[in-house]
Amino acid sequence: MSTQILEREKSEVASSRTREPRRDEGTNCPDPASKSLAGCMGYPQSAAVIEIKDLRVVYRGKGTGQPDRTAVNGLSLSVQPGEVFGFLGPNGAGKTTTMNVLLGFVNATSGEARLFGTDVREPIARQRIGYLPELTYYYRFLSAEELLRFYARIFRIPRPETERRIDEVLKLVELEHARRRLIRTYSKGMQQRVGLAQALINNPDLLIFDEPTSGLDPVGRMKVREIIQRLKNEGKTVFFSSHELGEVETVCDRVAILHQGELKVEGRIADLVRQHQLNLEQIFLKVIGYV
Amino acid sequence: MDNIRAVAGIVIKELYRRKDFYVLFILTILICLVMASVHIFNDAKIVRYLKELCLLLVWISSLVIAITTTARQIPVERENRTLFPLLAKPLTRTELLLGKFLGCWIACGLALLCFYTFFGLLAASREHHWPLINYLQAGGLHWLMLGVVIAATLLGSLVFAAPSSNATIAFVVVTGILLLGRHLNKVALTLPEPRRSILYSAYYALPHLELFDVRDLIIHDWPPIAWGVCGIVTLYAAAYAALFLIAACLVFRRRALN
Repeated sequence: MSTQILEREKSEVASSRTREPRRDEGTNCPDPASKSLAGCMGYPQSAAVIEIKDLRVVYRGKGTGQPDRTAVNGLSLSVQPGEVFGFLGPNGAGKTTTMNVLLGFVNATSGEARLFGTDVREPIARQRIGYLPELTYYYRFLSAEELLRFYARIFRIPRPETERRIDEVLKLVELEHARRRLIRTYSKGMQQRVGLAQALINNPDLLIFDEPTSGLDPVGRMKVREIIQRLKNEGKTVFFSSHELGEVETVCDRVAILHQGELKVEGRIADLVRQHQLNLEQIFLKVIGYV
Repeated sequence: MDNIRAVAGIVIKELYRRKDFYVLFILTILICLVMASVHIFNDAKIVRYLKELCLLLVWISSLVIAITTTARQIPVERENRTLFPLLAKPLTRTELLLGKFLGCWIACGLALLCFYTFFGLLAASREHHWPLINYLQAGGLHWLMLGVVIAATLLGSLVFAAPSSNATIAFVVVTGILLLGRHLNKVALTLPEPRRSILYSAYYALPHLELFDVRDLIIHDWPPIAWGVCGIVTLYAAAYAALFLIAACLVFRRRALN
């Protein structure tokens, strides 16, 4: 383990040249001596934060005569630490299914998926991630503060640390003024910001956002974009799906375009633009066969 | 265990922040108070009928609370999509189910405490004595019975799609067991084979919830049950609750959530 920690620390030193250092790296770690991310929680060391190899998900047809449906077919990709990765595709392309596999909601028919080198089926793989689903209603009978306290307890964050984190994330999503109000009284934008707050409560190293700006007004979208940008500056890895290609172009380092369950294009946005001599939207439309 | 307690805490918080329990409690109180004001045969000392009716109301109310609260737990979490951010955290599905069970069971225990305290006060105001051990045994066994019902309803909530169908089925089955469970073996004797064997199997396989119904201890002021018997009944309840919970965990473990 000590060799792993040393190796990880070396890679962190290297990556710190390209990103700003995190203020409180490793503070969720139960072992205060183990400040390195790989050492924390005893995770195996892995270069990639997300690693998907030859993933295939087939949904069985419900009822007699209904054919099986292949949602994801032979998907392989990896996301490196500190990257903001845009996961694109038209509706029904298999983006949400892939995310569901990563989060352990759906089992892969074949292939493998790993988070921080740990099989996604292990609950511990989810210790260092934050997840924001598309359109989610949180417990409406709780206040934002109570909701975050509940989630922090599941992450086993110590009480004083919990209170500090709640203050921090509520300030970040600008919900301090409404922290004691029941969530049922919140507007849609506020609920989405509570979602962001809960995704950040454990100070995660990887954030998985499923269409984070869906249904938000322009101001809400701008705020979410700012938060993703800020997370990027803090060196977090962000994996998100979106239909807002302008937004993806602004914040993402790399993108992958999925169509009918298969990976069609993957690479750095600048490289793709140069290679195809088209902008991202045109590349997207070309890949899905629209133009 | 901490995760289970955290989930249970949310279930309890939900129960006391929703209006269902208060409505049922106030309705039960009102009906009991009206009945308590009636002097049967113009004799204020006759309280047996009052106790019987009030305890029946308490039983019905507690079953309604237990079944409706439990039946909605997982389906509503799925429908409102609150299940997804929750399971995206280091919480196993087994922990979630056990937390839901514990939360519903404790919440029902708290509701029972309110009901029995009120009922005890009402009865004591007429009888001028309060057999505490009888109340403890009747309330305790009632709570254990609710544990079995909650575990079975939780399993039902994973099998049946809609909370309303699950609640209806659970209510019919529980009422059926309470009213007919003890007579199934006698009915079986009157039937030809293979129906006799089938009914006998059902008689031995079904949880005999009527064993937990010791309202007569309070109604007739009978002497308390031996504690050894209470212990055996507790083990019986624990075995059935565990069986239903294990089945629920097995059903939920590999289920795709999307």
